[in-house]
Amino acid sequence: MKKIIVTVVGKDAVGILAKTCTYLAKERINILDISQTVTGGYFNMMMIVDAAKYGKTFDRLCAELASLGNGMGMRIHCQKSEIFEKMHRV
Amino acid sequence: MINISEVLETNRMILEENLDVRTITMGVSLLDCADSSVRNTCDRIYAKLTRLAKDLVKTGDDIGREFGVPVVNKRVSITPAAIVGSSCCKKPSDFVKIAKTLDRAAKKLGINFIGGYSAVVSKGMTPADELLIRSIPEAMAATERVCSSVNVGSTKTGIDMDAVRLMGEIVKETAARTKDRDSIGCAKLVVLCNAPDDNPFMAGAFHGVSEADAVVNVGVSGPGVVNHVLRHTCRGADFETLCETIKKTAFKITRVGQLVAQEASKRLGVPFGIIDLSLAPTPAIGDSVADILREIGLDEPGAPGTTAALALLNDQVKKGGVMASSYVGGLSGAFIPVSEDQGMIDAVNAGALTIEKLEAMTCVCSVGLDMIAIPGATSAATISGIIADEAAIGMVNQKTTAVRVIPVAGKKVGDTVEFGGLLGHAPVMRVSKFSCGNMIARKGRIPAPIHSFKN
Repeated sequence: MKKIIVTVVGKDAVGILAKTCTYLAKERINILDISQTVTGGYFNMMMIVDAAKYGKTFDRLCAELASLGNGMGMRIHCQKSEIFEKMHRV
Repeated sequence: MINISEVLETNRMILEENLDVRTITMGVSLLDCADSSVRNTCDRIYAKLTRLAKDLVKTGDDIGREFGVPVVNKRVSITPAAIVGSSCCKKPSDFVKIAKTLDRAAKKLGINFIGGYSAVVSKGMTPADELLIRSIPEAMAATERVCSSVNVGSTKTGIDMDAVRLMGEIVKETAARTKDRDSIGCAKLVVLCNAPDDNPFMAGAFHGVSEADAVVNVGVSGPGVVNHVLRHTCRGADFETLCETIKKTAFKITRVGQLVAQEASKRLGVPFGIIDLSLAPTPAIGDSVADILREIGLDEPGAPGTTAALALLNDQVKKGGVMASSYVGGLSGAFIPVSEDQGMIDAVNAGALTIEKLEAMTCVCSVGLDMIAIPGATSAATISGIIADEAAIGMVNQKTTAVRVIPVAGKKVGDTVEFGGLLGHAPVMRVSKFSCGNMIARKGRIPAPIHSFKN
């Protein structure tokens, strides 16, 4: 399993989750967990996804998600999960 | 499972508080490149460096992209060049050829600095050591990316005062040779006591003879992160809370370095050496050790209490960091350079911080008098005196100390010097006008302190 953390940040709007999930489904990326908060009109979402069946490169995934985000006025980042696990778990 | 607040915290550190991995430094032994011909030695050095480190920059960039944390610098450190060139270099200009080879290799690899144009002369100088030292001014003027260091003392050996005297002259000459560029040659030259063999930070990085053929050492940073946490959670809190907060933050920062080091080691096929858990500031606003000292409760760094605040900070960084990595080394602590830290520059300009106070601060942190511009008219003997004082602090306290001062040709107290980039800019600071010339003129060495006899 290749665990990747996808974060989506920007001004809240209709359909952000739907569009992101549609893209992930199309690319055969499985969503393991989703959390989101909206504070002061700003949308913060974090997804833990499994990209084991994703056929392209990590860089390609980052670029396509970033471009999807730009289309919605949002910032979408992908990071491998180890950075968070290392930093926050002893 | 990772939760959203942890993800947001990590990304805030990276995006807003300048958390980064400051450097992946590959240490490379050049002992097997030594030959009786300068040309063959240079060819072997170039071939080995460009073979072993060819993927260093790409690997650093890939890791940075995948984990979303910037890996700012990719660098190489080498076996002290005085040892590598000892069989073939018969005059200083022979060593300069090695320096030029290193510069060419650095450019080919795309790294911004290569360290190890060095001599370790803590007890005495071999003819090759002295030739290398005498070649430093020309080497620093003729190259762009080569960093030089000279270790003039240690707790076990005492201080080689002949080398200290010579280095005062060499620093002056290096400044003169690069006078058209605000004496920038001196920004790439550091004089050390108790220099570690595995330091990944420039200008003092070299690959000691106790090391394996190649290793990966990583230097982390994050003064902005510590500053942010203290500002938001520790105002008015007691010392226990303050220390606990710094420790936890240092742990998190170091874990990122540990992850990057392990990945780099795996991908490059080179063993992992150490993590240097230093708080290394940059000229970027907020990325400042001085600002942490202000947050602890000083109006300006340099105020009474500064040494205690820095001692506390340095110790907590180490305590948090050692829990995060099994192999900690290098300098590990808080850096207090002047030109590379906007908060320090502000303190000097406010009249709060003097060289004498900085010297006191170096007793309790991991480095020494670093990136300090002084008047161009400062004598070689006075520079040697400054070096001797720092070396004495290092020798007696069993710690690394260093001097990287820039006697800027043609500049006087109150002028400003612009080095650019990570090296920043600096106000020219006042140096004591009283001479130590008669002491520096004495020959020989200062013996090792009594507490070094532990066998």
